[in-house]
Amino acid sequence: MEESQIKVPVIPELTKEDFVSDQMVKWCPGCGDHAILSSMEKVFPKLGIRKEDFVVVSGIGCSSRFPYYMNTYGIHGIHGRAAAIASGVKIANPELSVWMITGDGDCLAIGGNHFIHIVRRNLDINIVLFNNKIYGLTKGQFSPTTSKGTKTKTSPLGTIEIPFNPGELVIGAQGTFFARVTDSNPKMMVDVLFEAARHNGTSVVEILQNCVIFSNKVHALITSKETKENNQLHLKHGEPMLFGKQKDKGIILRGTNLEVVKLGENGITEKDILIHNKFNHDTGVHNMLARMAPPEFPAALGVIRAVEQETYGQALMDIIDIAKNTSTLKSVDDLLNSGNIWEI
Amino acid sequence: MTHKKNHVVELDDVVVRFAGDSGDGMQLTGSLFSDSVAFAGNDFATFPDYPSEIRAPQGTIAGVSGFQVHFGHNNIHTSGDLADVLVAMNPASLKASLKWAEKDATLIVDSDAFIEKGIIKAGYDTNPLEDNSLVGYNLIKAPISRLTKEAVKDLGIELKAALRCKNMFALGIVLYLFNRKLDSTNAFFEEKFKSNPLIVESNKRVLKAGFIFAENVEAINPTYKVQPAKLKKGTYRNITGNRATAWGFLAASERSGRELFLGSYPITPASEILQELTKHKQFSVKAFQAEDEIAGICSSLGASFTGSLAVTSTSGPGLSLKSEAIGLAVMTELPIVIVDVQRGGPSTGMPTKSEQSDLFQALFGRNGECPTIVLAAISSSDCFYSAYEASKLALEHMTPVILLTDGALANGSEVFKIPKVADLPEINPPIVEPNDPDFKPYRRDEKKLSRYWAIPGTEGLRHRIGGLEKENITGNVSNDPLNHQLMVKLRDDKVKKVANYIPEQKIIGNDSGELLIVSWGGTYGVMLTAVERLQEKGKNISLAHFKYINPLPKNTKEVFSKFKRIIVCELNNGQFVSYLKMNFPEFKYEQYNKIQGLPFMVSEIKEKFSSLLNE
Repeated sequence: MEESQIKVPVIPELTKEDFVSDQMVKWCPGCGDHAILSSMEKVFPKLGIRKEDFVVVSGIGCSSRFPYYMNTYGIHGIHGRAAAIASGVKIANPELSVWMITGDGDCLAIGGNHFIHIVRRNLDINIVLFNNKIYGLTKGQFSPTTSKGTKTKTSPLGTIEIPFNPGELVIGAQGTFFARVTDSNPKMMVDVLFEAARHNGTSVVEILQNCVIFSNKVHALITSKETKENNQLHLKHGEPMLFGKQKDKGIILRGTNLEVVKLGENGITEKDILIHNKFNHDTGVHNMLARMAPPEFPAALGVIRAVEQETYGQALMDIIDIAKNTSTLKSVDDLLNSGNIWEI
Repeated sequence: MTHKKNHVVELDDVVVRFAGDSGDGMQLTGSLFSDSVAFAGNDFATFPDYPSEIRAPQGTIAGVSGFQVHFGHNNIHTSGDLADVLVAMNPASLKASLKWAEKDATLIVDSDAFIEKGIIKAGYDTNPLEDNSLVGYNLIKAPISRLTKEAVKDLGIELKAALRCKNMFALGIVLYLFNRKLDSTNAFFEEKFKSNPLIVESNKRVLKAGFIFAENVEAINPTYKVQPAKLKKGTYRNITGNRATAWGFLAASERSGRELFLGSYPITPASEILQELTKHKQFSVKAFQAEDEIAGICSSLGASFTGSLAVTSTSGPGLSLKSEAIGLAVMTELPIVIVDVQRGGPSTGMPTKSEQSDLFQALFGRNGECPTIVLAAISSSDCFYSAYEASKLALEHMTPVILLTDGALANGSEVFKIPKVADLPEINPPIVEPNDPDFKPYRRDEKKLSRYWAIPGTEGLRHRIGGLEKENITGNVSNDPLNHQLMVKLRDDKVKKVANYIPEQKIIGNDSGELLIVSWGGTYGVMLTAVERLQEKGKNISLAHFKYINPLPKNTKEVFSKFKRIIVCELNNGQFVSYLKMNFPEFKYEQYNKIQGLPFMVSEIKEKFSSLLNE
C-alpha cells in the first residue's frame, strides 16, 4: 500500500511548441543557425526534463542570441564567459539541465580559458559550439578556427595562424564527450544532441555551421552534395569505420597512424577496418579521428568520444555530504562561538 | 634606588612588535601573544606587516616579517603607532623595524644572530649592539638561539628543528615582561601538534626557558601589567577582517535562506575569504575556485540567476578584470556582492600593503552608466556586519554591491563581540512565487525600484535576461532611444533610493563647530582615537566617518553645512574628497593624504589636526 503513495513527479508531455519563444528570430535568411534552433526545439521536449528546469546560457556573437529564441530560463552573457556563467548555474543548482551556446570566436578565442577549464572539470553541462570559422557579428574577421591562408577583413593576404581543432582541444583538456555534426544534417544533429544531453559530464558538440554572409560554403568540402559521401565518416559505436557512396572505403590503423583504404584492394577486407569505440578512455584514436579532414581523410562526424568519469557536481555533492555528516557546526551561531572565545 | 625584581608598573596600553625573518614564525608568535592578551581580558588589535615574497633571502631587510599587537585597559581601535616593545630576531629585523619603535622602547634581540655575516647582510657597518647606537633604548640582549638549543638538547631533535622553536623563546620573554601566564600558549601547542608529542614538548620547553631567562635577567625590570578592559558583557573572540567578511556572508546566507556561492580566484590580500569559505561545506557553501577573476564573478552571477547569495572576492587588479561582468550584473539587475580587499596600486603595486585607492574604480570603473552600491568596512570586526549588510542590500534591492575592505583590515585582527544570528536584521529577497500571473522580468517594486527574482526551476516564470538593453517591464531586447534613457534613470534611481534604507551619517563629537574630520572605510580606528584624544583636551573637533559611499547617507549635506572647515583624510591621492566635491560642490574641502601603503598613525594625524586648529 505504502509504495503506491510514493509520488513520482509527473513530467507533462512536452512538444516543440513548449520551447518556441515569442521573440523574432533575427539571424540572416539561410544561416545555419535556424536548423540548429529547430533541432534543439525537437530535442528538449524528448529529454524527460521539466521545461522550467532548462537554462540556456550564451556569450556574445550571432550564435549567442540563441537564449532569446528558446522559451526556457536563459542568460545572454558577455563575450567568452558563457562557460563561467553556466558553471555557476550548474553548481548552484545541479538539478538544472544547463546548455551553453557558443561560437568559435566566443568559445575558443576570448573564452578559450573558460572553455578548457569547464571541460577539465567535467561539469554536467551541454556545450553546443557553432563553428563557422569566422567572426560573423563583427562582420568578417578571422577566428581561431579559420583555416590558414584564408583571406578575411583582418587577414587581407590570408591568415598566418595555425587554427585550433575543437575536438583536439576538448580531448587535450581531458574532455569526456566530443561529437561533430553539420548544420545540414538535422537528423544526425538531433540524435547527437540527444546523446550529448544524456551524457554525464561536459559534452561538447561541434556543429559545422555555415555563415551565408562572411564564410559561405566554408564547410562545402564536407557538406556539399558532390563531395559529402567521400568526405564524411559517420561514426557508429561498435561498427567499422566505412564511408563512401558504396561504403567501400574505410579507416585502418597502420603503425601509429590512420589510413584510408579501399575494400578489396591490397587484400583489405571489412575485418581490417577500425571499429569505433567511443567509450575508450585512451585518447589516441579519438584524437586522430578528431583531426581527420578532407581532402586526405573524411571528416569524422557523430560521437567521437563519450567516456564515463565522475562529474564535478557529483564530487562536490559527495564532499558536502561528508562535511554535513561530520561537522559539529550545525549553525552559524555554532561557528561564531567555536575555537578560542571568552566571556566578559 | 634599585627596583626590586618583582616591581610591576601598570600601563593603560602597550604596543608590542615582533620582527624576524619571513621563516622565523613571527606571525604565529604575534597571534599567540594576542591570544594570551585576549585571555587576560584586554581589548586589542593586531597588524601583520610582511613581504609579498614567501621566503626572501634569509637575513635581508627584504625578508623581514613583522606582527604588531596593541592591547590595553581602554578600548583599542588601532594596531598602534610605535612599538613600546620590539622583538628583533636578527640584525635585519632590527634595522627594518627600529623606525616603528618608540625612542625609549624595550628592544629584545637575539644576540646570537648579531654575528658579522648577519650584520653585513642587514647593511650595518658595525654591530649595533656594541656601537652605542642604541643608547636610550632599553636593550635586552638575549642569547636566544643558544638557549633554545640548550633547552631541547636532551630531546634528541635535529638542530634545525630545535631552532625553529626560537620564536617561542622570544614569546616567553614577552609573556614574562607583561606578567602573563603560559597556559593558553601551551594549550595551543597541545592542540596544534597533537600528532607530534616531541614538537609539543620542545615548544613548551623553549617557551618556559624564555620565561625563566627573563625572570633572571636584571635588565628586565620592572615588568608591566595592563588591567583588563572595560568591555560590555558578552562573549568575545579575536577575528581578522577576512574571516569576519567570510562569516558575515555565512550569517547572511543562513538568515536569508539563500545558499551561499562564492566564485573567486586567489589574490593577495583577499585569498583568506575563499580559503575560509571552502572550510564550511557543512552549510552547503559552494566555494568555487575559478580559473581566473572573470570566471570568479561570472560563475557567481550564474549562481545569482539561479537563486544563490552570490559573492566574489578579490583585490584591486582583480576588480579591474571583473568590470565587464559587474556591468552585466547591473544590466541584468541580479544581486551579487563583490568584495575588494584594497592593496597598494596601480597594477600589481604593493600586494601586501594597504591603501584606499580603489574607490574611483569601485564607483566609476565600468562602461556605460553603471551605478552600484558601494560600502566600505570600517574595522576588522565590522567586516562581519558590512558583509552581512552588503548581502542584505544586494538581495533586497536586486543590484550588485561593491564592498571595500583593505589589506590592513583583512589581515589585522581585533576583539569581536559575538552576535546572535537571530538578532541580525531580517533579509527578505523579492522572490517571485510560482505561476505569478503578473510576473514580468523587469517589473519593479514601487518603493525600491528593484525588479523581482524569478529563479530557474520555478514553474511559470521562464524568462531570458542578458547584457543587451532591455525594454522596461517586458525585458525584451530593445534599442529604443527613449526606453534606454528610461532604463538608465531607473537603474540609477534604484541605487539612489538605497539611501532610504541605510542609517544617517553619525557625527562623533559636536554636530557643529570649527573642524570636521571626514574619513571613510578602514581608517576609522585611527581617526576615532585621534579625534577622541583631541576632544579630551577640549578641542573643537568632530568626526564624520563614512561607511556608506554610494549612495551617501541622506543627511551628508546637512552634516557638512554645520562646520567651518572640513578636512578629508584618506590613504590615497584624494579620491573621496573629489567624490564629495562632485556631490556637494557648495562646500570647501581640505585634504590630508598618505600613500605609502601604510595606515595613518594616530600621532601624525593628531599633529595635523592640532596644527589646523591652531591656524
